[in-house]
Amino acid sequence: MQWTLLFLALLMGVVVWWLIRQTVNVKPWVAGANVDSVESEGIRSVVDMGGALRPSKVALGVFLAVVTSVFALFISAYSIRMEVGDWRPLPEPMLLWANTGILILCSVFLYGAWMAVKRNNVQGAKLGMTLGAVMTLVFMVGQLLAWDQLITSGYVISGNPANAFFYTLTALHAAHLIGGLIVLIIALQRLWNAEEFAPKVASSIELCGVYWHFLLAIWIILFSFLLNT
Amino acid sequence: MADVIHDAVDYVPPLVVEEEELYHAKTWLGKYVFCQDAKVIAIQYSCVAIGIGLVALGLSIAMRLQIAFPDTFAFIDPTNYLQFVTMHGMIMVIYLLTALFLGGFGNYMIPLMLGARDMVFPYVNMVSFWVYFAAVLILVASFFVPGGASGAGWTLYPPQAIMPGTPGTDGGIILMLLSLALFIVGFTMGGLNYVTTVLQQRTRGMSLMRMPLTIWAIFIATILALLAFPALLVSAIMMLLDRLLETSFFMPAIISAGGQTDYDGGSPVLFQHLFWFFGHPEVYIVALPAFGLVSEILSVHARKAIFGYRMMVWAIVAIGALSFIVWAHHMYVSGMNPYFGFFFATTTLIIAVPTAIKVYNWVLTLWRGNIKLTVPMLFAIGFIFTFINGGLTGLFLGNVTIDLPLSDTYFVVAHFHMVMAVSPVLVVFGAIYHWYPKITGRMFNDKLGRIHFWFTFVGSYAIYYPMHYLGLEGMPRRYFSYGDTEFISASSADLNVAISIAAIFVAASQIFFFWNMIHSLFKGEKADPNPWGATTLEWRTPQTPPGHGNFDELPLVYRWAYDYSVPGYEQDFIPQDVSPAEAEKMAKRVE
Repeated sequence: MQWTLLFLALLMGVVVWWLIRQTVNVKPWVAGANVDSVESEGIRSVVDMGGALRPSKVALGVFLAVVTSVFALFISAYSIRMEVGDWRPLPEPMLLWANTGILILCSVFLYGAWMAVKRNNVQGAKLGMTLGAVMTLVFMVGQLLAWDQLITSGYVISGNPANAFFYTLTALHAAHLIGGLIVLIIALQRLWNAEEFAPKVASSIELCGVYWHFLLAIWIILFSFLLNT
Repeated sequence: MADVIHDAVDYVPPLVVEEEELYHAKTWLGKYVFCQDAKVIAIQYSCVAIGIGLVALGLSIAMRLQIAFPDTFAFIDPTNYLQFVTMHGMIMVIYLLTALFLGGFGNYMIPLMLGARDMVFPYVNMVSFWVYFAAVLILVASFFVPGGASGAGWTLYPPQAIMPGTPGTDGGIILMLLSLALFIVGFTMGGLNYVTTVLQQRTRGMSLMRMPLTIWAIFIATILALLAFPALLVSAIMMLLDRLLETSFFMPAIISAGGQTDYDGGSPVLFQHLFWFFGHPEVYIVALPAFGLVSEILSVHARKAIFGYRMMVWAIVAIGALSFIVWAHHMYVSGMNPYFGFFFATTTLIIAVPTAIKVYNWVLTLWRGNIKLTVPMLFAIGFIFTFINGGLTGLFLGNVTIDLPLSDTYFVVAHFHMVMAVSPVLVVFGAIYHWYPKITGRMFNDKLGRIHFWFTFVGSYAIYYPMHYLGLEGMPRRYFSYGDTEFISASSADLNVAISIAAIFVAASQIFFFWNMIHSLFKGEKADPNPWGATTLEWRTPQTPPGHGNFDELPLVYRWAYDYSVPGYEQDFIPQDVSPAEAEKMAKRVE
């Protein structure tokens, strides 16, 4: 469980540091207006929000913490199980390297889309998002091909815990990509016939980018664990 | 506020942009069924949770009947009994208490107490409830599939949870795991809402340290749940794969019914680690909201500021952080390195420190307060008793050497029912009575409420206090019947009869509660907007019950939530949205 605990310790550290900043030296029993509290709710233009956080961005941050928790637990279980003697690692198909490259491309395209939003370039954003979505699909097809190669060489899911972990982790990662893809496609559809960026769409594009970078990081961590067996 | 002179004390930061547009439902279905208003979602959550909780209550009565009068009731055989044990535990912990505290009270209290119009993502909030509802339906469906519901115990330990011989390994365990996964997905949607709303949607002037303790507790409990439920999700996914695709995450090589199974090399202890990594924070996911609600009730009805507000906040945070590093104290009997045992025993006992701080602060809040023994207050004080009782036995069980002989006996049953069943449920009742006038706009019947309290409180002691003795004698839990055993004295059978009769009385006395709630809904007298004289914002809404959007104009907050009996003021409470200038007018003229 050391990976989970490490992650949680980091997270707790951040939360406690933030709470200390917010709460120490505050005298709650003193009446009067408090200038530090949340100023308002409402929607500002996404680009010139400055340092202020939007609710959806906060929610995405919290959600990423939850997803990290899921993967950290799987990785913990994986590393606990790996130390037992009968662990028979499976060979990683070379295809996985290509897939990793494709996933990096997805992140780059979505980053390009967000840059286009900042420059108010609707066509550029459409292009970036479309390419990002297509490349994500290519990545998932690539993963399926990798599965196919392994299955034809006899590494089935019920064979060995190493196989079971490999299939489960890749499937879980792909499931998260599918969820992101749905949000991305909804945003793309809203943008398709629009002349300019609606605030919600602009926000979606930025958050999709963040989510893809995060899933890329998760994939690289998973891949390095899979390689290290 | 534009014409008010901005002196240092009265200054409120200006509203920078216009408010968010509220969603208004157009159809009947959108208004009452697929409603996006957090208050309606809260009531939906609560009703479903209490409904399924009644099923679990019925199961516990069936178990008590079997224990008291073995071989009397034809409808209880060993298979059924194990299924009752399993479903009772699972429903009570997850589908009732977690859903009721976070989905019910969380949804109702967070926007109102923070002075917000609604949750930040009302649509996601609505989906969260319906996913929860589907999870409940799937769980109930598992009673009716071939082989019946799972009988693996609520901890679902493999390998027995999915091996033939345990009840419900055909469909029951599959539906159970699916239902849990669905519950977690639904909860995550709700939890993202609660956390984001607390962080982003507080009204102007509502700084973190002015939030009522209820919100602090629900906020931290939600963070715990968001981080702990993934452990249950991970173990549910892995066990589901073990059951359906014959992977070997948790299943070691096993010989079953004379033949070698296909499983090889899994680790059952790995499941226990994952399960309790969720399971122990879960205790505090249920307990923390109870702590928060009870702080509110005690302060209001003792007409006194909560003692040590900042300490209370930090105790909540400390309990939350510590709850993640004590999980293996549920696994002492599974065997572990003695140094690990020592580590987990130490962390477990350290949790007693912030918990004791909270208990002292509750008692010191009562100390020399102007205590009004209303029905909610009775339940809140009752909670202090049962919680101290259950907490003290926790100190016994936290030690490895004492836990080993007491593990899996009725001592453990008594401990966790005192601390995690009776205590939170007393708070649930107290909180429902406390906020009933606001939620329904009518007063409940005071006499029935008192009868309900005394039956429930005294009855709970009659049930669980004797169980400590049974446990010390070594009576194991989860057994269908005991027969003749040397170390169990004959009189313990009589004690079991007494416990069962008390349990039936307590269960039956809940009729006072339900009758009171339903009858008062139609026939109760109209409630004052603020019958208890409370300071928090939910009592300051223009309508009672609060309308869609909660407030006409969003309130401005000038003070914390605990200005009760402030010296020099005639009225013994000053609501949070009363500015210092207005408060001056309330001050006593006679010096």
